[in-house]
Amino acid sequence: MMKFAVVSFPGSNCDEDLYYAITDDLKADAEIVPHTSDNLEGFDAVLIPGGFSYGDYLRSGAIAKFAPVMAAVKEFAKAGKPILGICNGFQILTEAGLLPGTLQHNREMQFICEPEPLMVNNNQTLFTSAFKAGETITLPIAHGEGNYYCDDDTLAQLKANHQIIFSYQDNPNGSLSDIAGITNQAGNVLGMMPHPERAVESIQGGTDGLKVFQSILQTYLRTV
Amino acid sequence: MFLAQVHVTYKPSILDPQAVAIKNAMHRLNFDKVEAVRQGKYFELSLDVATATDAETQTEAICEQLLANPNMETYRYEVKELANQ
Repeated sequence: MMKFAVVSFPGSNCDEDLYYAITDDLKADAEIVPHTSDNLEGFDAVLIPGGFSYGDYLRSGAIAKFAPVMAAVKEFAKAGKPILGICNGFQILTEAGLLPGTLQHNREMQFICEPEPLMVNNNQTLFTSAFKAGETITLPIAHGEGNYYCDDDTLAQLKANHQIIFSYQDNPNGSLSDIAGITNQAGNVLGMMPHPERAVESIQGGTDGLKVFQSILQTYLRTV
Repeated sequence: MFLAQVHVTYKPSILDPQAVAIKNAMHRLNFDKVEAVRQGKYFELSLDVATATDAETQTEAICEQLLANPNMETYRYEVKELANQ
């Protein structure tokens, strides 16, 4: 059975939600891996949860990038295995240099907690193969620093390589090019501000998020 | 012992909504001549190294790796020797 690692830092607060989404809804195996672990052997995918790792001290994700587990996460990325960072997880992946750009304060200063309509720009990735091309979905966002920024060259590269996977339909936070989620150039590392794990059962208001995890699972099953 | 005083600020191209909010508060206090505000971070590092060059080399590396995010921030610092205690 496919096994997901859910990495937990001091201050992570979506780790249990992710664990629940994988085990109860996706019906796959998951284990919470502490930030002190230096080994991700036996895992087929890594999930970096949302929250406020290390209290967001210095900058969001700036301290987490030096946690012992991050060396193993970098090796995992280099091996081409899937890594999904959500919200603070996205911030950590940019700080760690696994994804380009950075997440700034929201344009209007507020912390925004709303369901947000998104466009799936690229369904040819291991994270989005269960979506239709150009599909509009709704996922909740909950962040104060989700305003994606990168320089012009990086943006051109993101566009040319179809690395902008999700974009906002009604840009809530000032993100460059309405960016809500991007992959690395190899396509095995995805960072996104919206929370798919908060949209896996109808009681949560929608199930669009489940397709992200189903895509990862389907891709895995095709390759084993 | 050396003291490094490090200032980290946003690049001019980066939107800083906190600084805008602070400027607006200044205007509400009738300091309406304030045209712009930039907010930054200030660090003091006490370094137990032999020379000012060592202190500068280490401070530079610390800024690059940790204190500043080169995507959106710049930094500057001064190093001075502390008198023996």
